[in-house]
Amino acid sequence: MKAYMIRRLWQSVLVLFGVSVVVFLILHLTGDPAALLLPPDATAEDLEKLRAALGFNDPVAVQYLRFLRGAVQGNFGESLRHGEPAMTLVAERLPATFQLAGASLVLALALAIPAGIVSAVQRNKPVDYIATVVALLGQAMPTFWLGIMLILIFSVRLGWFPSSGRGDLEHLVLPAITLGLFTTARITRLTRSGMLEVLGQDYIRTARAKGVSEPPVVWKHALRNASIPIVTIVAIELGTLFGGSVITETIFAWPGVGRLSVQAIFNRDYPVVQAAVFLLASTFVIVNFLVDIVYTYLDPRIRFR
Amino acid sequence: MAPPAAAPVAVEPMTIAPPRPWREREWVLLTARLVRRRTALFGLIVVLVVLFAALLAPLVSPFDPLAQDIGQRLKEPGWADAQGRIHPLGTDHLGRDILSRIIHGSRIALLVGLAAVLISGVLGMTIGLIAGYFGGKVDDFFMRLADVQLAFPFILLAIAVIGVLGPSLQNIIIVIGVSSWVVYARVVRGEVLSIREREFVQAAIALGGRDGRILVRHVLPNAFTPWLVVATLDMARVIVLESALSFLGLGVQPPTPTWGGMLADGRVYLSTAWWLATFPGLAILITVLGINLFGDGLRDTLDPRLKV
Repeated sequence: MKAYMIRRLWQSVLVLFGVSVVVFLILHLTGDPAALLLPPDATAEDLEKLRAALGFNDPVAVQYLRFLRGAVQGNFGESLRHGEPAMTLVAERLPATFQLAGASLVLALALAIPAGIVSAVQRNKPVDYIATVVALLGQAMPTFWLGIMLILIFSVRLGWFPSSGRGDLEHLVLPAITLGLFTTARITRLTRSGMLEVLGQDYIRTARAKGVSEPPVVWKHALRNASIPIVTIVAIELGTLFGGSVITETIFAWPGVGRLSVQAIFNRDYPVVQAAVFLLASTFVIVNFLVDIVYTYLDPRIRFR
Repeated sequence: MAPPAAAPVAVEPMTIAPPRPWREREWVLLTARLVRRRTALFGLIVVLVVLFAALLAPLVSPFDPLAQDIGQRLKEPGWADAQGRIHPLGTDHLGRDILSRIIHGSRIALLVGLAAVLISGVLGMTIGLIAGYFGGKVDDFFMRLADVQLAFPFILLAIAVIGVLGPSLQNIIIVIGVSSWVVYARVVRGEVLSIREREFVQAAIALGGRDGRILVRHVLPNAFTPWLVVATLDMARVIVLESALSFLGLGVQPPTPTWGGMLADGRVYLSTAWWLATFPGLAILITVLGINLFGDGLRDTLDPRLKV
């Protein structure tokens, strides 16, 4: 158990290291970070001044180590546009993104697990067909189009929900549906196939043969084992939700990290971009590590893999 | 683990099987099984329609997708102009025909989809073969690399890199292609782990075959089917991604019509002209749904155990 935890911890540290390399390289892709940071009409003199000031003339390895030292301290430099530390800007907007992603995840689980179970139990009946079609559509629908259609129907036409901004619960409804639908669809299909697999196993037949009534068989015996892949995918879906938040926040003017990064990319404010990418990726790695640890308590077999 | 020594077997004289009638060829049988699934058939038809629309775009479009006509701007679907020509899906804010732009937009979607899938597919296949075959440290290295790749919210990394490199067709294909290898590598690696323990591979190793030759001649053909299923399903994801980039203004630049770009234009006119944003989105939805259904059918026909 301890050995497994140490191994997973070491793996996570390695991955975070890799993440830092990629984030560092974003700025060095074109070979001249100074030209990226200054407006296109900057003079050669300005460029040289900036290179000297930020140490872009040093060997790349030295620059990376400097970047890494800053990154572990949460220091990604100052925002070129706002004059504040990039990390502060990102950290201020993190709660909004977590709120949106969390609401979407809760919504997805609340809809998908019952839908998947009912779909599996009522296999090939109308309920199953409806759930399957909705899930297929949900997986094929681009986030940005769904968001725009929801705004068109529920904000422009019906006027039920606000179309932008963050405030009370009303503001959360449309963005959470937009961001959560894809995840809902995926978890529905996963729950359905997982339940079908488990319901066909011998111990379920034994339980039924012993005379256990149907609800406990489905909700206790079957769901408990079918829930294992669901826990895994929830952690992985976090990445999908963070990615989707970039689009969803842009559409609904939700003041989170996603919208901030898109604006920063268009403003060529790369310290902010680096801080945002690094923070979201690290959150993903850390959450996945924690989930893996919790997981070994749920399913002791994992430790021996 | 060394395989147990095999008892000597009598070698049978080799016979050459007569060519099978075409009805019994493997791909004919598989296709027949595939199209018997209604959803897969529907998917296949959608994919073919989009493919033909893209190939024959100039022939099947009713209008020039770039021709502006300010007098005819924001006309609703079914609008007939002065010459009696009908715009089935209406016109946009510059008076361009929306149907023609959607038909031409399929070119970018499919081009990016095919090219990016080819790049990531070849990259992922190579990594999967190497990681699965050599195992150990090599495997560890590539699997950690996969974890690093997966840690990034994909679209955020893509827009950051394209923001730096500048949006162009080539950059979009390369960025999506290079960063989508993980799913291929994982699936191929999983297959290779079991293929390399099979007798014919062990025999080739025992005979002293070179690793590269064994991988290409014996392992790769057996890992191809799951790869194909992954590639099909991944194509749908890439098309959504391309349209998302175009939507954010980081895709192929105007005036080239892209579905995502059309959607972004239409967003501004949402309250007055709903058709601008609605139809390009439907085009993406139907295309992606078709590819997904076809891919699901392909998986169920070729390799039902595959979990993708």
